[in-house]
Amino acid sequence: MTEMNEGTTRLSVASSPHIVAPTTCTNIMLWVVAALAPAAIWSMISIGWPAVLVFTLCIGSALATEAAWNAIAKKPQTLSDGSALVTGVLLAMCMPPMLPWWMSLFAGFIAIALGKMIFGGLGWNLFNPALVGRAFVLMSWAGVLSKLSDKGWFHTLDVPATGSLDAISGATRLAVAAADRAASGGYGFSLAAQYQPLLWRNLEGSLGEVSAALLILGGLVLLAKGIIDWRIPAGYIGAMAALSWIFGSDPIFNVLAGGVLLGAFFMATDYVSSPMTKNGKLVFGIGCGVFNAVGRFFGPSPESTTFAILFMNGLAPLIDKMFTPRTFGWVKSDEE
Amino acid sequence: MSKAAFRGGVHPPEHKEATAALPIEWMPVPARLVVPMSQHLGAPCAPLVAAGDRVRRGQVIGSVDAMVSAPIHSPVDGEVTSVGTCLTAGGMRVPCVNITPDAEQDLASFEPVPDGDVRATVRGAGIVGLGGATFPSAVKLSPPKGVDVGTVILNGCECEPYLTCDHRLMVESADRVIAGAKIMAETIGAKRVVIGVEENKPDAIAALRAAAGEGIEVRSLVTRYPQGAEKQLIWAFLKTEVPHGKLPAAAGALVHNVATAAAIADAVELRKPLTERVVTVTGRVARPGNYRVLLGTLVSDLIEHAGGFSGDVGRVVAGGPMTGPALADLDVPIAKGTSGIVVFGPDEIAPLVEGDQPCIRCGRCSEGCPMFLQPYLIATHANRRDWTSAGLFHPVDCIECGVCSYSCPTRRPLLQLIRLAKAAAMAKGAKL
Repeated sequence: MTEMNEGTTRLSVASSPHIVAPTTCTNIMLWVVAALAPAAIWSMISIGWPAVLVFTLCIGSALATEAAWNAIAKKPQTLSDGSALVTGVLLAMCMPPMLPWWMSLFAGFIAIALGKMIFGGLGWNLFNPALVGRAFVLMSWAGVLSKLSDKGWFHTLDVPATGSLDAISGATRLAVAAADRAASGGYGFSLAAQYQPLLWRNLEGSLGEVSAALLILGGLVLLAKGIIDWRIPAGYIGAMAALSWIFGSDPIFNVLAGGVLLGAFFMATDYVSSPMTKNGKLVFGIGCGVFNAVGRFFGPSPESTTFAILFMNGLAPLIDKMFTPRTFGWVKSDEE
Repeated sequence: MSKAAFRGGVHPPEHKEATAALPIEWMPVPARLVVPMSQHLGAPCAPLVAAGDRVRRGQVIGSVDAMVSAPIHSPVDGEVTSVGTCLTAGGMRVPCVNITPDAEQDLASFEPVPDGDVRATVRGAGIVGLGGATFPSAVKLSPPKGVDVGTVILNGCECEPYLTCDHRLMVESADRVIAGAKIMAETIGAKRVVIGVEENKPDAIAALRAAAGEGIEVRSLVTRYPQGAEKQLIWAFLKTEVPHGKLPAAAGALVHNVATAAAIADAVELRKPLTERVVTVTGRVARPGNYRVLLGTLVSDLIEHAGGFSGDVGRVVAGGPMTGPALADLDVPIAKGTSGIVVFGPDEIAPLVEGDQPCIRCGRCSEGCPMFLQPYLIATHANRRDWTSAGLFHPVDCIECGVCSYSCPTRRPLLQLIRLAKAAAMAKGAKL
């Protein structure tokens, strides 16, 4: 019966809850990009323009593909959710620096179109889109990729060349180690001596392998912000280290080298393609680590991160089903 | 002793600082009261008075002969202007008695509740759960035969953001709360009394401990929403889950709000019926506070007493922001279950989301769900109107705390969809 209610104040009405947590999907995606930024920027500084080009083309292609898909399908634009940006950055980080420009564009297109949009867009894809893009390139142009080593990006490799090295394409530290191991059952150089370059400045490998230390930093940021759960990286890295030790190799070298850290902190933790249950996350992480290690020591290529995670992506829904939480109160009562 | 807690939940910004230190003060008797005949869970009351009747403060003006109900008393001396219907804060239209209070009021005097045992007195005083559930307290004090309720738990969590009415009551009337707890324990033969208060209210914990004496535990709980939900509170203290479809008594516990306990003490010791309650008025009002308000006072009058709106107003919520209903009309009465009036600016409320939002499977809803449900799954099926699939994931166990909707980064209306699935499942015969 007061005047304030007459006409002037229009009240908004909706059902509870009336407040909402500040974290949005876009926030989360931008934090992931921010966590990747130190390693990404350092890789561009260390390698130079070819790296900048790969980042630019992968990100641009990912964004353009999503925008075009939405436009053609007459759906609302979704670039602002930030997920295509994350895919573009991650995709670039699992590519080698001398990637031909057209391959970067193609990888971005495949990652978004076949990795995400064809399933129905964000949230519906079974596999990590960036890894779908990388897998496509790996399988389609393995020959082209292997010749990239001729372009001068591997000349700084300071491990002693062994007889078997000539036979190896793309001589990363990991590849040299794997070749040594295959040839002699041991290593012709000290794996421990590789920690420093792998941590800080490793120019042999994909863009995401330049600095393990900065990847760890980014991973810790995501853990501290509560954006990722510790179970996936812990399971992944733990399993990788344990199996390396069991298979008679150096656990630290094997965690730092190759795609393990990028995979454990940034790829396997992708919400959409990993389990949602806590125990499921641990199992998923361990599974990734096991397949990564088995692939590395017994597979055709030591670079097995991509397929280890993609394989576990496929199992994620089953893992979640296995660990479906018991509803509170659904306990056996005395009468039953 | 370690701090107790349940599993799950969230911790929204508390926003209690505006009113937490303000003593409870009476709101003066308003010019008119609209007293709804249904202020409780259960059978609505039938008005016992007619237009023109004189009523005394404390006189029964509505009652019904049903087990689950609670009579309604006149909060003032005055005259019945009419008997009609009104909207409640929850949006229901119910019978009501409109009263014009006398100019002269002695709020210290009232028609006493007729003599009787504790249960009859609690019923006669019209006491219901004052935390907001408004379940008639006398019914709760009558556990089924053969069920041994060993523990009385008093809920002083006040886990909803913004609200401080229970906090102030515990600080200022700790002795009433303790007295009520003792009466309840004696009535049902419980051996143990535990009072749970979230740790963000150290002054309330201290006041209760000082008043408690022997045999009453006052325990601090982790500040996390919904700590004060009945099943979660029982689990925090007894580590027992109330079985699906059963009453808390099945877990050996009886949970009452602290304000209910104080009201029971007043009813038993002073023969005082329930005619007013403490309401926190906060948010965008000029004079936020904890006001003792006569039941039937219009929200618009209460807001005016609190100095009116300050700044742009987007939404007015009766109760806390996680569970309270939004008001479409401010000329609705304060009832027994109204713990607060929170006025939000347009920028402070959850934005309305258009169209279907994707689930990014981040898991925040499942992690936060205090009932261990998978809200995203129920909601996805409900969004397709696939009630059979939605029903497989136990929507009827949802306590509607709102944690899922609150925490969803893509702002999916999870609770709203779960409510639909719950209604569909119950229509098919699923039991709560």
